[in-house]
Amino acid sequence: MNILDPQGPIAAADKMILIDSIAIMLAIVLPTIAAIFAFAWYFRKSNAKAFYWPDWEYSGRLELVVWSIPTLTIILLGGVAWIGSHQLDPARPVAGTGQGLTVEVVSLDWKWLFIYPDQRVAAVNTLTVPVGAPLHLRLTSGSVMTVFFIPQLGSMIYTMNGMVTRLELRADTVGDYQGLAAHFSGDGFPDMLFDVHVVSQTDFSNWASSTVRGAQVLNGDVYKTELLKQSVPKDKPVYRLDDPLLFHDIATQKLPPGPGPMEAANTGAGNVR
Amino acid sequence: MSIAVAQDDPHHLGVLAMVTHEGLAPKRIVTGYGFWIFLLSDIVMFSCFFAAYAVLLGQTAGGPSGAQLFNLRNVAVETGCLLFSSFTCGMASIASEERNYFWFQIAMAVTCIFGLAFLWIEFHEFADLVARGAGPSRSAFLSAFFTLVGCHGGHVSAGILWLLTMMAQVFAKGFRADIQRRMLCFALFWHALDIIWVAVFSVVYLLGSAV
Amino acid sequence: MFGKLSWSAVPFDQPIPLLTGAVVIAAILAVLLWVVVRGHLPYLWREWITSVDHKRIGVMYTLLASVMLLRGFADAIMMRAQQALAFQSNGFLPPEHYNQIFSAHGTIMIFFVAMPFVIGLMNLVVPLQLGVRDVAFPTLNSVGFWLTATGALLVNVSLVVGEFARTGWLPYPPLSELTYSPGVGVDYYTWSLEISGVGTLVAGINLVVTVLKIRTRGMTYMRMPIFCWTTLAANLLIVAAFPILTATLAMLILDRYLGFHFFTNEAGGNVMMFMNLIWAWGHPEVYILVLPAFGVFSEVVSTFSGKPLFGYRSMVLATMAICVISFTVWLHHFFTMGAGPDVNAIFGIASMIIAVPTGVKIYNWLFTMFGGRIRFTTPMLWAIGFMVTFIIGGLTGVLVAVPPADFLLHNSLFLVAHFHNVIIGGVLFGAFAGYTYWFPKAFGFRLHEGWGKGAFWCWLIGFYVAFFPLYAVGFLGMTRRMQHYDVAAWTPWLHIASVGAVIILAGIICQIMQLVVSIRERESLRDLTGDPWDGRSLEWSVSSPPPVFNFAVMPDVTGEDAYWSIKRRAQEQAREPDYKPIELPRNSPTGFVCAFFATFVGFAMIWHIWWMVILGLIGAYATFVVFAWRDHDEYEIPADEVARVDRANRAARRDLVTAAGSI
Repeated sequence: MNILDPQGPIAAADKMILIDSIAIMLAIVLPTIAAIFAFAWYFRKSNAKAFYWPDWEYSGRLELVVWSIPTLTIILLGGVAWIGSHQLDPARPVAGTGQGLTVEVVSLDWKWLFIYPDQRVAAVNTLTVPVGAPLHLRLTSGSVMTVFFIPQLGSMIYTMNGMVTRLELRADTVGDYQGLAAHFSGDGFPDMLFDVHVVSQTDFSNWASSTVRGAQVLNGDVYKTELLKQSVPKDKPVYRLDDPLLFHDIATQKLPPGPGPMEAANTGAGNVR
Repeated sequence: MSIAVAQDDPHHLGVLAMVTHEGLAPKRIVTGYGFWIFLLSDIVMFSCFFAAYAVLLGQTAGGPSGAQLFNLRNVAVETGCLLFSSFTCGMASIASEERNYFWFQIAMAVTCIFGLAFLWIEFHEFADLVARGAGPSRSAFLSAFFTLVGCHGGHVSAGILWLLTMMAQVFAKGFRADIQRRMLCFALFWHALDIIWVAVFSVVYLLGSAV
Repeated sequence: MFGKLSWSAVPFDQPIPLLTGAVVIAAILAVLLWVVVRGHLPYLWREWITSVDHKRIGVMYTLLASVMLLRGFADAIMMRAQQALAFQSNGFLPPEHYNQIFSAHGTIMIFFVAMPFVIGLMNLVVPLQLGVRDVAFPTLNSVGFWLTATGALLVNVSLVVGEFARTGWLPYPPLSELTYSPGVGVDYYTWSLEISGVGTLVAGINLVVTVLKIRTRGMTYMRMPIFCWTTLAANLLIVAAFPILTATLAMLILDRYLGFHFFTNEAGGNVMMFMNLIWAWGHPEVYILVLPAFGVFSEVVSTFSGKPLFGYRSMVLATMAICVISFTVWLHHFFTMGAGPDVNAIFGIASMIIAVPTGVKIYNWLFTMFGGRIRFTTPMLWAIGFMVTFIIGGLTGVLVAVPPADFLLHNSLFLVAHFHNVIIGGVLFGAFAGYTYWFPKAFGFRLHEGWGKGAFWCWLIGFYVAFFPLYAVGFLGMTRRMQHYDVAAWTPWLHIASVGAVIILAGIICQIMQLVVSIRERESLRDLTGDPWDGRSLEWSVSSPPPVFNFAVMPDVTGEDAYWSIKRRAQEQAREPDYKPIELPRNSPTGFVCAFFATFVGFAMIWHIWWMVILGLIGAYATFVVFAWRDHDEYEIPADEVARVDRANRAARRDLVTAAGSI
């Protein structure tokens, strides 16, 4: 999950901006820190050689320099921020090879549901994508707010109930990676990890077609009875998607958001659990 | 060795260095100033409720919207009550400066009556809405409406309590300096509530009914 | 009869809170017993609890902050220990417990350590620096303190009666709504902060009016010490920002208590609105914390370099610029919410713009040292440690202000390291510097230097050892608030971090030892003249501790660094002033009693005990009526008593001043 080891162009670009910004700032910060140590040491009281200017408290030229250094640094970084924010906006499509893949993501308590509307399959806590293809992610939450994050592929994005956020990514290397929820969402939050399998185009098609012939079915009812309640799943089921509008129903709250803890609501008393 | 007094303008402020300061401000000014700062903070709080109202204006969750609920005649009467009570509060302020007990108590009592009239109308409006199934838990829009208008009503209620306390204070202790200062603060509070009400009825009722 | 409260609220089945609670309650009872048995209660009541003297209130705020630092740090040690142990394991803290601990840690540290610490220092020092006798509204000052104490009390009660919030230190909905947090935890949080928020607002109004309207003759704005300017800026922020917190938490309370829909998932509630509102408060809040710390450093660096502060005018401009700009950056706390590139970029740039005045301040401190004669006393060590540490924290801050960088680092331990870097390196180091610097003024004797230096080095080294590994583990993808994890690469860093926490613990022990040793050896550390550091501003012109009326005659100020010029001209040994009687505000139990009722109102609200709420509100109102009804609100100190006190101080100073005047 090392963000300094990107496996996709978004993560790579984010990382480059990160490193460049640090370098630009270190160019100012390191000499300043050195000056702090140098002045503190040289002007220590026991140093009789050092001059003492007890009335020196103003210098117009120095003021100009002192205001300019941070200002110029910030102008430079501001430019980086402006350009970078536009080029790397999460919703901005990424070019790629092959057909783009749409994945609908639902964050739940405490698991991730990935719906592939075009392939008519769905999976819990496993995201399988073809290498090099543009990935169009549309995200919502089935309960509380959290954040979707695959560190080696790129940007984080919030998931919120009743709303749809968008994230455009591309994975450039075949392999297995990890994703996680990056915003505290309750007691099962640390277990909201998911596997990311980046596979070749053919492997992806094979996976999709074999999954769609599988036994387990996902529709609104299965979603409500099995996935909505608060639990940390012990395995990673895959489903044939019976209802292509499932994500739409979740996102528009036709399927209501998940219930809270299973204890009687509003007991209030005592340490619950 | 004498040290020349070169310290007085080390930063070349020129004219700015020649500003003088006479010392502590008088108590009445300090009190009034402090209360103004409090009022500004209260206005910031109201701004949050206004902002929430603006954000949630369209979130009627299939329930009624403002246009379907608001009774502008009531609002006009409420406004009249509050504006008139501000006028009588001003009369009370003048009476307290003139140290006229009789007119002070009369003016305050009239202010109280009109304030209570405002609250009475507002209470009935709320009760009516709740009875019609348009209570604050019906939708986000209604939550924001009840909170914003109710917060103002809550402030008016607190103001009435304060008003009665001031009447009792003046009755018991007369127009002492510290009581006069509190009267100044009370008057500022009451007038500020009036100003907030103007914002409330414009943003909530007038704009809400036009939609 | 008692709402939701029942015996199941006490955690009999959970050893850690049960044991901790028992120990703390026993300790409190022991202290109370000692106080009563030794007959100190009348003294405490008369001189401290009902005091409206800004110096006493300042000390009490600082004491509250120090005690709560121990609680907040205990939470921190538990968190570090848990994370060091919890690789593919559940550690020793189950999730429901761990989640309360990190929520309590953040809440306590921000609201009941950092805020009271800086407010305490401002209360103690500002009237003295302005050459006046007290703040604008002394009784209100007492009310503000005691309401803050109420908030702290309620948070701590949640340890033994009920539970605390399990949402993090900011209760984001919908997690904090009744559906997902049905327990009383979030209610403890909201009521505690609503009540202490009133206290903070009151302190804010008080200090703004004091700086703007209560200054001695000749103390124009541009002659005020910089600490007074930063006080003004921070308190303007309090007045403008805390009402936002009050309103937002009120909306959450309405959602939870009356079924409103401000932030719920259903019926149109808007979660994003909470984010915007809470951070519109939250960002100014951190500047409320750090601006007074900057003020402390301006005083400390200038005094211990033996030079006036460099670039006073720029410092004022920079301070007010930070004050204003801090309101324009709040969205940088949720770049990843998907606001779009234009919005993200604008807020990112605004956030960077704040780095400009901050950088200017650093350079001005640097040039204050240039050409000075620097004494490495404990406060100066804290200042230098701060300058280096804060710059690094600022760097990481500007880094996450770049939206694409934030897309990788939001909510990670990198972010956690960043804000601890600036809060510990900035606010806490500033608080410790101010504490050490002004302790002699408050109590009449200095703090032991040896233990002070030990505390500094332990904190400095401990901070770096505890938090730099968190930067690393943030780069490795670790997000915050994880009760357990299974990425092996993270473990070594978390182990190092827990070692750092232990080093900081050593620092805290040094500070406790410092206090104990200083009290024991106070005669040898006695400050006889009131000016132990060769200071530059007016607080050093009075005795330590100052007389209750601060100045026998309020000084006439003719320049910056008012006291320094007095010393240079050896002015004060000229003829005695014309002593007049002094009127001071009478002590009042209003603050304490009002807070007493507020505690009951808060507790009753949390547990839905409605009759207790009503009684508490009536009691609080009655307290104010009783206060309003009193006939004597001032007492007089006769002129000869003023003369006696002042002559004693002038005699003690005679040597110091003539020595300085003959240079």
